[in-house]
Amino acid sequence: MISFSSYIIPCVIGFILCYGIVKKVPVFDCFIEGAKEGIQVSLQILPALVGLMTCVGMFKASGALDVLSDFFAPLASIAGIPKEVVPLAMLRPISGSGSLVLFEDLLKSHGANSLVGNVASVMQGSTETTFYTMAVYFSAAKITRTKYTLFCALAADCMSFVMSGLCVRLFMM
Amino acid sequence: MMKWIFTGLVLLSIVFGACSGHINEVSNAAISECSSAVTLVLKLMGSICLWSGLMKVAQQSKLTDQISRLLSPFTNLIFRGLPKNSPAFSFISMNITANLLGLGNAATPLGIAAMKALAEEQPPEKRHTASSHMISFVVLNTASIQLLPTTIALLRLEYGASNPLDVLPAILASSVVSVVCGLCFVRICSGLEAKSNLQVHQPGRGRI
Repeated sequence: MISFSSYIIPCVIGFILCYGIVKKVPVFDCFIEGAKEGIQVSLQILPALVGLMTCVGMFKASGALDVLSDFFAPLASIAGIPKEVVPLAMLRPISGSGSLVLFEDLLKSHGANSLVGNVASVMQGSTETTFYTMAVYFSAAKITRTKYTLFCALAADCMSFVMSGLCVRLFMM
Repeated sequence: MMKWIFTGLVLLSIVFGACSGHINEVSNAAISECSSAVTLVLKLMGSICLWSGLMKVAQQSKLTDQISRLLSPFTNLIFRGLPKNSPAFSFISMNITANLLGLGNAATPLGIAAMKALAEEQPPEKRHTASSHMISFVVLNTASIQLLPTTIALLRLEYGASNPLDVLPAILASSVVSVVCGLCFVRICSGLEAKSNLQVHQPGRGRI
């Protein structure tokens, strides 16, 4: 099943190109044209990323996450989330690379088959980096009034954190 | 909203940094993180270009239209009220497909294209205001909907999981619940907003 996953990217690329050939699309010229737009897109998201990564980096370095984790740990234990996983829940919405490192640490220190390892896996797998997505998408579309987006996105994140504790108990015990 | 996140996180990190004695690290992070954003974009640029190019091919060959039609039962339900012939639908469908396959780097340029197309649907005076469709779309992207979480499975295998994909049912159940809840929250919020807008125009009645 895991080796199957290595086929996904090459096969998707191959399929798109073959489908293009069959439909008589000038595949390479068309690709170049699209890739050129890719440069613009990456430059467009750069300013938002500089701002976001700077403030998230400062926030991570300040030790605020530890304080917040201690604060939320009793609440999380009600939902069946071990206290070791709470920092991951705090970090997941704001930093993709940071949460991946933390996730790996948890697997390393507790083992992949432990309750901590399982809950962390479900948490890592069922949400995305909310702040990154919001910053990139809204800045690219030049939206300044985002209304209730953050509330809804964070509420969905909270939901998946609660569910991660529950689902591990339901499906894996 | 982004301005509050930006300022809020900076202020919080100053306060927490000063209290916990980590202010030196905070200062270092401010200096180094801004350049690591540039490194990240340079790293992403390759895959963004690759997938933007491939998507152009998929568009020209009408593959995107096929996929868009395939997903239309779901997209029509989530984006109810969006004009059926809107170009946003094909970008949204491709973005969902990329997310389901776990092609995060392909999903980003498609998502940006979808957001731009959704912004075009806005009336000119609301050009810089998020529509409920945009919010639904962002929520759909902030909640992961990957069918096969490969990174997680590989890491689990590395750290001694007997069956690295045994978490799959739990991940899928948790993802589906959070996506559905997120979309319901958007519905509720936009409903409340429409209601309060109505009441503002009626004299003698307060805003809820």
